[in-house]
Amino acid sequence: MKALSVKNGACVALIDIPLLSYDDFYAEIVEALSDINLHCVNYFAYPQSDSLRLYACLADDAQGDIHILSCEVKKEAQLPAISAKVHAMERFERELNENHGLRFLDHPWMKPVRYAHDRADKTQVMDNYPFYSIKGENLHEVGVGPIHAGIIEPGHFRFICDGEKVLHLEIHLGYQHRDVEKLMLQKDKLIQRSLLAESTAGDTAVGHGTAFAMLWESLCGVEVSKRTQLERTLAAEIERIAIHTGDLSALCGDVAYQLGNAVFGRLRTPIINFMQEWCGNRLGKGCIRPGHSPYVFTPALADRLQVVLQAYERDYLEMIAKTLTMPSVLARFERTGVLSREQAVEIGAVGMAARASELARDIRSSHPYLAYPLLHHESITRRHGDVYSRTQIRRYEIVQSMTYARQLAQQLKNMPLEDNARPEMKPQANCFSIMLTEGWRGEICHCAITDAEGKLACYKIKDPSFHNWMALALAVRGNEISDFPICNKSFNLSYCGHDL
Amino acid sequence: MLDTLKILLHQGKQYIPDVTKAKVPGIFRGRPVISEDKSADNQSICDVCPTHALFEKEGKLQLDLGRCAFCGECERCFPNKIHFTQDYKLATNKRENLIVTEGEDKPIVFDKSAVRPEIKKLFGKSLKLRQVSAAGDNSGEWELGATGNVNFDMGRFGFEFVASPRHADGVVITGPISENMARALDICYEATPDPKIVVLAGTDAISGGIFADSPALDRHFLDEHDTDLYLPGNPAHPLTIINGLLALSGRK
Repeated sequence: MKALSVKNGACVALIDIPLLSYDDFYAEIVEALSDINLHCVNYFAYPQSDSLRLYACLADDAQGDIHILSCEVKKEAQLPAISAKVHAMERFERELNENHGLRFLDHPWMKPVRYAHDRADKTQVMDNYPFYSIKGENLHEVGVGPIHAGIIEPGHFRFICDGEKVLHLEIHLGYQHRDVEKLMLQKDKLIQRSLLAESTAGDTAVGHGTAFAMLWESLCGVEVSKRTQLERTLAAEIERIAIHTGDLSALCGDVAYQLGNAVFGRLRTPIINFMQEWCGNRLGKGCIRPGHSPYVFTPALADRLQVVLQAYERDYLEMIAKTLTMPSVLARFERTGVLSREQAVEIGAVGMAARASELARDIRSSHPYLAYPLLHHESITRRHGDVYSRTQIRRYEIVQSMTYARQLAQQLKNMPLEDNARPEMKPQANCFSIMLTEGWRGEICHCAITDAEGKLACYKIKDPSFHNWMALALAVRGNEISDFPICNKSFNLSYCGHDL
Repeated sequence: MLDTLKILLHQGKQYIPDVTKAKVPGIFRGRPVISEDKSADNQSICDVCPTHALFEKEGKLQLDLGRCAFCGECERCFPNKIHFTQDYKLATNKRENLIVTEGEDKPIVFDKSAVRPEIKKLFGKSLKLRQVSAAGDNSGEWELGATGNVNFDMGRFGFEFVASPRHADGVVITGPISENMARALDICYEATPDPKIVVLAGTDAISGGIFADSPALDRHFLDEHDTDLYLPGNPAHPLTIINGLLALSGRK
């Protein structure tokens, strides 16, 4: 393959990335992605004075490599769409079209992605989103949002229904767009960029915060201590326990199982309160910073975590066992919102949602980073791809994360404390860096390019929701519209992480 | 049935009996205190702030909690100068009361005399709110949701989030208000019956926070409508939120 193969977290000289013609670039990607072990983790443009340099990053989950290749095209060029052959590329190409005006001739689903502030075509506005429609006497449309009935982020869902049955769902996003990637370039203090990273999706502050911190360290050639690596891994696993628990509460709420709703809701509290004890914020904001650990995980915290987890575990195991034997819960979860493995592969689903459809995509095992090589992480998968499977993934990932958290806390307790001084950090010039982490939703990918002076010239963020919103749209087909809320909760996707 | 009762029994007492006196665990970054220490010059302290919340006025350092991202960067760089306390009672109805001044260690003041009379009369015992996330990062939304769980149990005061603006007495805004969400926010506010209140939850809503300079925002809503309650935080803590609403509705 005409590409540069690197490992997760690598920083390479820009000049070492092969530059192909678009025809070769296209052919290489189509060929590579015919292998089920490969999927595209990022594909974006770095604007030049009168052209666009396109970078594609393909992850080989079997080998643990990431293949990077590039090509140069004219602005507003007309190109054959890779999505015509590989549907999983559809949103990347839509994004390139929206942001840079590239035209993909045979794209199967060319629609706006998020109505970015600097979009190429300002005549595209939120109010005239081109919804797919079907005409028919029996059919009706239901529009929901952008503001929803709960305390959640905004997005618009347009259903086409035959009676109660959903034939088609189209999800129109963009309401949350804050221009994070542009601000990453404009704000030049490291603390500002750290805040932007952890606010990319505030419910994944550790996941995105770690992706940014490690990307920055890679650009600067700085390596953090073993201790800091363990602390970051621990924070990520605590975040996973907390959010999965909250999701179980919400799922119970949606099927009117009051006891599960209340108990899982309150079980989340000691976990996030522990994050606050450690770093001063219930969502872990401030916990992860480039180059060092701002809040040391002390032996006292290690003991405290063991106590918190012990109390949590007893009540958690009791509650989850009860919940998933309740006929009224199972009747709503089983065979609802099915995403088949074929669909998951076709759309390039990632993370927890993919694993529930027997597609074992998990950066912790395929491209391990931090302490994951030492933990020998093995992904949990399920076969049915329904709400029940996604619940089961959470059920067992919580148990797995508790095991990791206990191990890590014990190891940290036995390690000498370090002073948390910050190293001098200056990015190298003309470099390309890529970092993948596995947040609780799935893979997070941050890429950065520096210019000749070592300044940040391009920053690209990809939240797992970028792939998985399509999974939700497919999963609700054929379901009753009244099951939409549990389908939605079972994926729990990010609006702001998608809209950036 | 028996195992359900057993589960219920195992939960024990989960609610916080007195939300006005509860202690938060650990190193919560609440109301900051600025000392009169002079070992560093004010400009270099202001320079570390990512959101320009620190500034100097008449020789004294001030910190605007409406801009503060509560990242703790200033405290880490200048531990002798700035210290974040565990005081979570940060809510106020006046924007200027969010400014903390060097040498003054006193609570954030809520000005009861400035509350519109109809608020206490109509919403004193029941206040239903419609939440609008306008480019919020889902942390503020999370904490607003947490106010209703069995630990914080905000429902006991008659405060509740409702599904429709038609049923609401006001809107609670999270996020810096993106241009793509500006119109939906206007429509939601218009759909809420009079009299109604506006609450800004979190630093992103109050000032834009780290997104304040983003060209993708449209904050015209705040030019057109007065704010009844500011809830600082990144995100605002459930106890900040509940105590703020108690003060606004004249319950304490």
